[in-house]
Amino acid sequence: MSRIVGIDLGTTNSLVAYVDESTGLPRVIPDHDGQALLPSIVSFAREGVLVGAAAKRQLVRRPESTVYSVKRLMGRGYEDVKEELCYFPFKVLPCEGIVKIQIGSREITPPEVSAVVLKSLKERAEAHFGEPVEKAVITVPAYFNDSQRQATKDAGRIAGLDVVRIVNEPTAASLAYGLQRIREGVVAVYDLGGGTFDISILRVKGGIFEVLATNGNTHLGGDDFDRAIVVWLLDDIREKHEVYLGRDLEAMQELRLAAEAAKIRLSSDERTALTIPFDAFTYHREVTRAELERLIERLVDSTLLPCRMALADAGLAPSDIDEVVLVGGSTRVPLVRRRVRELFGKTPHSQLNPDEVVALGAAVQAHILAGGITDMLLLDVTPLSLGIETLGGIVSVLISRNTTIPTNAREMFTTSVDGQRTVDMHVVQGERELAKDCRSLARFELSGIAAMPAGMPKIEVGFLIDANGILQVTAKELRTEKAAAIEVKPTYGLSEVDVERMVEESFTHAEADVEARLLIEARNEADTVITHVERALGQGGQLIGAGEREAVATALEALRRARATDDRALIQTTTTELNRATEHLAEVMMDAALKGALASRRADELMEK
Amino acid sequence: MDHFEVFGLPRRLGIDIAELQRKFYELSRRSHPDLHQAAPPERQAEVLATSARLNAAYRALRDPIARIEYLVHLEEGRDTREGATVKPKAPPELLAEMLEIQEALQEARSSDQPGGLATEAREALVVQRERLMARYRREEVRLVGPLTEAWDRGGAAERVGVIAAFKEALAVRAYLRTVIDDLDEALGEAQEGHVSHRRH
Repeated sequence: MSRIVGIDLGTTNSLVAYVDESTGLPRVIPDHDGQALLPSIVSFAREGVLVGAAAKRQLVRRPESTVYSVKRLMGRGYEDVKEELCYFPFKVLPCEGIVKIQIGSREITPPEVSAVVLKSLKERAEAHFGEPVEKAVITVPAYFNDSQRQATKDAGRIAGLDVVRIVNEPTAASLAYGLQRIREGVVAVYDLGGGTFDISILRVKGGIFEVLATNGNTHLGGDDFDRAIVVWLLDDIREKHEVYLGRDLEAMQELRLAAEAAKIRLSSDERTALTIPFDAFTYHREVTRAELERLIERLVDSTLLPCRMALADAGLAPSDIDEVVLVGGSTRVPLVRRRVRELFGKTPHSQLNPDEVVALGAAVQAHILAGGITDMLLLDVTPLSLGIETLGGIVSVLISRNTTIPTNAREMFTTSVDGQRTVDMHVVQGERELAKDCRSLARFELSGIAAMPAGMPKIEVGFLIDANGILQVTAKELRTEKAAAIEVKPTYGLSEVDVERMVEESFTHAEADVEARLLIEARNEADTVITHVERALGQGGQLIGAGEREAVATALEALRRARATDDRALIQTTTTELNRATEHLAEVMMDAALKGALASRRADELMEK
Repeated sequence: MDHFEVFGLPRRLGIDIAELQRKFYELSRRSHPDLHQAAPPERQAEVLATSARLNAAYRALRDPIARIEYLVHLEEGRDTREGATVKPKAPPELLAEMLEIQEALQEARSSDQPGGLATEAREALVVQRERLMARYRREEVRLVGPLTEAWDRGGAAERVGVIAAFKEALAVRAYLRTVIDDLDEALGEAQEGHVSHRRH
């Protein structure tokens, strides 16, 4: 069997990993700069497409055409996401059940954006192995529904990958831990990432990893922490500087990145400061860990209910859990660790890097599928009940949540009118009584039924949830033993034709010149630096001597001239030179901002006394 | 092949759970699709079907109540959806209380007050909920205790009666579950993120 890699397609970062045959252990593949994490960000420019760190640098420069956190939109309808669209600087439009992102005159679907990330990881793996990589295991949040899983599979196909398996992230993590740390017992995996939360409870015994129950929230993660901080900062800025920045796309991105960075620092430090130079003023503020915790406490606490529900479904009490494993970057937040420890009454494991453990587990599962590991077996479950709509809009459950997959169910259908040739059915996923409160998966039309009196035809419909957690439906007319035709109208998702077209478009795009791409990147970087220096000279030019000002101006002019050429090396060296020329200016400005902040705080303290 | 046959078991309700799990793992090792990725497509389809059947069987048999529900389906035979075997039915001795509860629930739902319930009404409903939960548990004990034993001991003639008793008890249990869920919803309005979940 050919090589299969494991990919963690994350909200914030993505990774690719494989199992090293010589050690039998999974390893992540770094890029040529040694970075394992690829930011899941794609920037669309007229000249080409940037991905990863290069795209991340465009967040502030080109907020309207730089797409991040697209995982939150995968397999979703407009109604599902409209509440949070105000946080995205790019435009999201409803489109036949799914959403599309508008970039200039183009409309791009979430799977196409994810495909750019996947393709970059595919190329990274190919460079590493020196041979083509065509097969992958891709992870998804355990609580992803059928549409979200299908969208992820589509993204893989558009990227030119055969997705041999969709694996749940917490279970993948348990495989990585199982290989290295945990041999036996009941394990709870608490996985809080950038945009999604999962809790899975497993029994590990003799190489079998049996998921007992899973629960979660596919719209809760570190992004939401950042948003809470940004909203708070906006208020603070309005108070101090009498300006509301909520509608300024560039400022909002600056704020978001600063909030994220401050949140990360507060995981190790008790207090931190953020300084953001805007055009008109420089904003400075100190933030303590206690303040952060007040902002995110409600969000962190909302992860506890899914944990209790998973325990109840598994028929277990918190004290029955032998080991707790933390997965996902957001589990570095001390408040999260504290809450998990309180709930389960034990200190959670975090020996494996929470950013990498899912990709490592995906690589283990890939190795199992390739036949490289035969003593480990993962028995995963379907997270949501599957049912069909019956009379009065009531859901009749065919497959209960937390059933081990693959699994199947059969249901008999008949006609209600003489000579009826077709039967419709509506398949939904969810735990509520009424179909309208559940997630609509698809409408099926059984056709080609022979004309018979009402109630005579006997059509057996088979529902199969495969090992990816994706539904397949088949139908058979029992009297004639003929397979009935089924037309599937997925409620949310791409049609087969759409995906085919995207695969083709993507291949033509793949031939784009690497050098051209690098040139765009260099120019973009130059633009960013030019803007920053212009702003710095305007705000802090008076803080340095005339000679230094002159030197900065000369370096600035040199970069402007280089920017106009096609010489990438020249653009890069002049960019570095300008950066060096302004190092001192940046320091002086930071000092001034800090002094200003201290002075205003002293004034506050005096007022209080 | 029915779910009992998948595990090579007779149609009896008394099942040793540890033994069932051991067998489930053993059969999974043989038929899980993950371990047959290199097999030809026909073999893979076969393995997928076997594995799906095994998992459905394990799901139905591992829980004593789900096991009874499955047994009733199996014994009754099942055709189209209209022939569903168990319809929720109110326990006769509780009819008066049920009416009272439904009235209180209606009131709570139509009330403009946030939370929908005055403290007094709320306390009354909490007490009712406890009573219903006790009755619900009693029904479960009867199902998995004396009735389960009666099935396993009984001959063909007695078993017909036991199936009728199972249906009766399952119907009452299903009814109580719906009312308890409704009560939870009315009482739980203040609880953050509370969702009424259907139990199986």
